[in-house]
Parts: sequence; C-alpha cells; structure tokens
Amino acid sequence: MGQWFAENGLLIGLALLDGLAYAALVFMVAVGLNMVFGVLRIVNVAHGSLFAIGAYAAASIGLFLASLGLPPIAGFAALLLAAALVGGILGPLIERLVLRRIYGQEEVLQLLVTFALFMILEDVQKLIWGVQPIFQDAPMKALGTVDVPFGEDVIPFTAYQLFVLPGVALATLAGLAWFLRRTLTGRVIVAVTTDKEAAMAMGIDAAKVTLLTFTFGAALAALGGALASPTTSLVPGIGAQTIVLSFAVVATAGLGQIEGAAISALMIGLGRSIAVYLAPEFEVVVPYLIMVAVLLIRPQGLFGRLETRRV
Amino acid sequence: MSASDRDAPGVAAPRPSMRLPEAGLALAGAAALVLAAWAVPWLKFVLTIALAKGVAVLGILLLLRAGQVSFGHSMFLAVGAYTVAFLAPAVPEALLLLPLGALLGGLLGLVIGLFIVRYRDIFFSMLNLALSMVLYSLLEKLYDLTKGTDGIRVSALTFAGAVPDRETQEWVMFGLALALALGFGLLVRAYLASPMGRALAGIKTRETRLEFMGVSARRVLLFAYVFSAVMGGAAGTLVAMTTRHVTPQLAYWTSSGELVFIAILGGAGSALGPFLGATAFELVRVYAAAAVADAWQMILGGVLLLVILFAPGGLWGMLTSRLRGRA
Repeated sequence: MGQWFAENGLLIGLALLDGLAYAALVFMVAVGLNMVFGVLRIVNVAHGSLFAIGAYAAASIGLFLASLGLPPIAGFAALLLAAALVGGILGPLIERLVLRRIYGQEEVLQLLVTFALFMILEDVQKLIWGVQPIFQDAPMKALGTVDVPFGEDVIPFTAYQLFVLPGVALATLAGLAWFLRRTLTGRVIVAVTTDKEAAMAMGIDAAKVTLLTFTFGAALAALGGALASPTTSLVPGIGAQTIVLSFAVVATAGLGQIEGAAISALMIGLGRSIAVYLAPEFEVVVPYLIMVAVLLIRPQGLFGRLETRRV
Repeated sequence: MSASDRDAPGVAAPRPSMRLPEAGLALAGAAALVLAAWAVPWLKFVLTIALAKGVAVLGILLLLRAGQVSFGHSMFLAVGAYTVAFLAPAVPEALLLLPLGALLGGLLGLVIGLFIVRYRDIFFSMLNLALSMVLYSLLEKLYDLTKGTDGIRVSALTFAGAVPDRETQEWVMFGLALALALGFGLLVRAYLASPMGRALAGIKTRETRLEFMGVSARRVLLFAYVFSAVMGGAAGTLVAMTTRHVTPQLAYWTSSGELVFIAILGGAGSALGPFLGATAFELVRVYAAAAVADAWQMILGGVLLLVILFAPGGLWGMLTSRLRGRA
C-alpha cells in the first residue's frame, strides 16, 4: 500500500484537484436543473443545451473582446455576459412560449416537450457555431498556474480550476441558501415549490415566480457552461453529455435538494476523475453507477424526503 | 413468445376506442408499405428501419400505458444489434440471430426490470437513462471488443441457409420487419386486452387500488418491461441486419428519446400508432436531412412540439377522429 501510494500518490492528488473543479461545474448545472424542477415540476432536458450555448457564447464573446485588443482578463467579463445573455433571452422565451402551455400536463408530455426543445437548440447551436471545435482559454491562461504541495511533491494546477471554479460554486451555494431562506423573493419561491396552490391562495403570483425561477435556472446553466468553456474545447454534443450528468447528480442528491446537490456533485466529480486516472475505460460509467447504487439503497436519493404515494 | 397469448386477438376488446377496424387498417397500412417499397426502391431501406423502430416503440407504448416513460429503452435495441454484430461471424444465420437478440434483450430487461419496477415516474425514467448510458459508455470505451465509436460492420448473413443477392436480401429484411411488426402488433393488442395488460392502466391511475385487489403492481410492470425489452432486442437485430453497421450511438440517450418521440407522434392509443409514428418520423428525417442537412433535428423537434401542443392524440388520434367524423 505504501509503495503503491508513493507511485500513484501524485495521480491521486491530481485526480482530487480535477474532481473538485469538475464537481464545481456539474454543481452549477445541476442546481439550476433542481430549482427549475422544484418550481415547475418539469425535468428540463434542454437544460444541457443552455449549458452548451452558454459555453459557446462565452467563447465567442471572449474572442471578440480579445480581437478588440482588451487584456485577457476581460475574458471574465465575457463569461458573466454570456450567462446573463443566454439566461435573460432564452430563459423567458422558452418559459413563456412553450413551457407555460404544458404545466400540469402528463409528465411524459412535459419531458418530451423539453426533449423537442433540446433537439431544436442543438441545431441552433450547430447553425451558429458550426461543428468545428472552438477553443478559448484566455481566462484560464490569464491566471496562470499554482504549485499545490502534495506530500513531498508539488502539483502544478491552473489557478482558474483551483480557485475560480470551486469559488464560484461555493458562492452560488451560499448565495442560493441565503437567497431562498432569507429574502422575500426566495421565500416566495420556496413557498411555490412546497405548495403552489396554497401559495397562490395567499396572493403569490405563481406565473411570475415560475418565469423568474426558470430564467434564473437557465442563467445558472449558462454560467456553468461559460465557466467550463476555458477548460475544454467546445464540440457538438457537450449539451447532451452535461444534461445526463446533472440528472445523475440531482437524482443522487434527491429532487429539490440544494446542499445535497453540492455533495453529490462532489461525489460524482471526484469519483469520475479518480476513474479517469485509475481506470479510464470506466470514467464515463462511474457517475451512473454511483447514482444507481444510491437509488438502490435510498430510492428517494441521498437527501430526498420520502413522498407518500397518493392514494 | 408465449402461445397462451395467441388465442386472444380474435376477441375484440369491448373498449370504445377499439371499435375501428384496426385489423383492416393494419392490413391496408402493410399493403401501402409494400407498394411504396416496390414503387420507390430506396424507400425499402427507410421503411424497414421504420418498421423495426416501430417494434421497439411498441415496447414504449406498453410502459406508457402504465404512465411510465423509459428514457433509456434504446439499450435493448443496442443489445439486439450488438448480438448480431458479435455473433454474425460465428453464426451467420439471420433466423437464429433474430430470436437470440430478442432473448438477450429480454434477459437484460429481466435483470434490470427486477429492480427498476420499484421506481415510478421521473426516477423510473432517469434510472433507465442512467443504465442505458452505462451500456453506451461501455460500448464506446471497450475498444478492443467493440471498436468504440467506429462501430462494427456486420458480416455477411444467411437466411435459412441461403445467401440471397443484395436486392433479394433487402426484400427479405423488409418482409421480416413487416412480419415481426404484424406479429408483435397482434401480441401487444392481445396483451393489452388481457387482465395483465388492463392492470397497466391501473398503475397509471391509482396503483394502490391494484394492490388492494391483490394484484402486484410490480409484477404487472415487470411483465410489461420484459416484454418491451424483448421487442427492443428484436428491433435491434433488424436494425443491425438492415444497416449492416452498429455503433454505440444506438444506445445513447437521444436514441431512446427518439423512441419516445415516435410513440407520442404516432399516438399511444393503438398498436398501430408506433408504426404510423415511426414511418412518419423516418420519412420526415430523410426528407428534412436531404432538404436542410444541418437543421433536420430542428425540424423534427418542431414537429414534436406541434404534435404535443396541438394534437395530443398523435397521428393515430388525428386519424381516428377523422374516421369517426366521417362515419
């Protein structure tokens, strides 16, 4: 064991750091999906497309800013701008034009409507950005790397993945917890999540809350994509990949759990990146295996509350 | 398939929606397909795939009756397809591979079904999705075995020992798909009219009532799940034998989404719906891909949205309301 660790310790360290950065990204997407489900009662399959479009938009805006001669640090403005634009435009558009028509309908139909949206958005994304990989890592490069001490060794790791990604995720987590529990708007959202009819009876404008929540969730997905964009090259299909992963995170945590989503994102992120280093063939399988294992033991998810079945 | 189900088709189900001459429509539809395949030779391929997918969608339809939607059902299709791809070099006989693929699909369905029938609604969908993604990832990553995303070319097949030329083989595949479509269609109809099939609707409305009546909801769902997996496996063998090339994409969650799409497009009201939906889907796909290569998905998505928002009964629903209106 000691010798194995000496040989593989560095890899484990790298896997942990990677996993942390990865978990941060997955959390951003999953938490938005979770909030949207809480209020709308719809699992939004197109959520992954919003992630992808956020990523592409961030890369494009970043490249545009760079072409103006702005310093690479301006790339960070691009990330935020992309998230705000995608969330602010596509969010209300989707909610108002499409989702609003299917509230309260059969779950199957709701799922399929968002699947249709996913198909449409995938092609929109291909039409705008093409199928060639796009790479824009200026924000990551701008911050350079940090030497992380690990035992006797040091691991050089990008500051962006080490500080920015987990930092934003933590800020989102804390901000959301504060927002939902301490502000009026947040409490209204929680009220609608818990009991829509009772909330409406007390004078809450559920339509407004729904619109707000969906827009916010869309912006979180886009922000996740924007944050991911410097770390990877963008290709068609990242939306499809992301959505299933965030499903896994949300289902593992239990629907409607925000802190829980953070923990399961961490489990899945770390699990995956450890697999990347130890058994690369099974890298992609690990998140799903974790999810299936958790649901086998706790059908409502790790932190989900058991809902009594309707009689 | 179990022979006991065979005696039911003659007994018309006394449901109002079954008043239409489904059998006549099915035969007319089959004749129209044969005619189309004969008149436009290249359509034969498209229609064979459509029929194969229709068989898989019959399985989706069973689960929809119970109010459950499997967003991972194409994994059974992939099992059937890879069965053909792996075994064709050793056992090139199509008429052996077909039942074998269906059997393996059913076996996987039984293993997964044993625990998945404990879940409902969104968890049922997502667990199916997760498991299909596990299969997808394995097919993609175990390169030595599966050649990864390149996929496997299906080696030459024999049909009852004979090696037909290309034209004949296309007709044979088309005929096989049509025969399976009709056969499984009849079986599904009989099954849905049987007490086991009726109980599926009970899961959708009030599961507790079933349990009070002493019917195990899990067993009812398990039977439907395995049955649908068998049809998925059979459909997969047809797809592999027709396209002669299998890739992990078959198991990807978007392929499963397509199957559910077809089920809703065709309408879940009748065993004919899946075939109506699959034919429409494949034709739209072919023409949309030819007309606007980069936006065929968008067109399909748009069609799906329109169907759900404005014609919730699907094509079958539109057809029946037409026919009823005239009668």
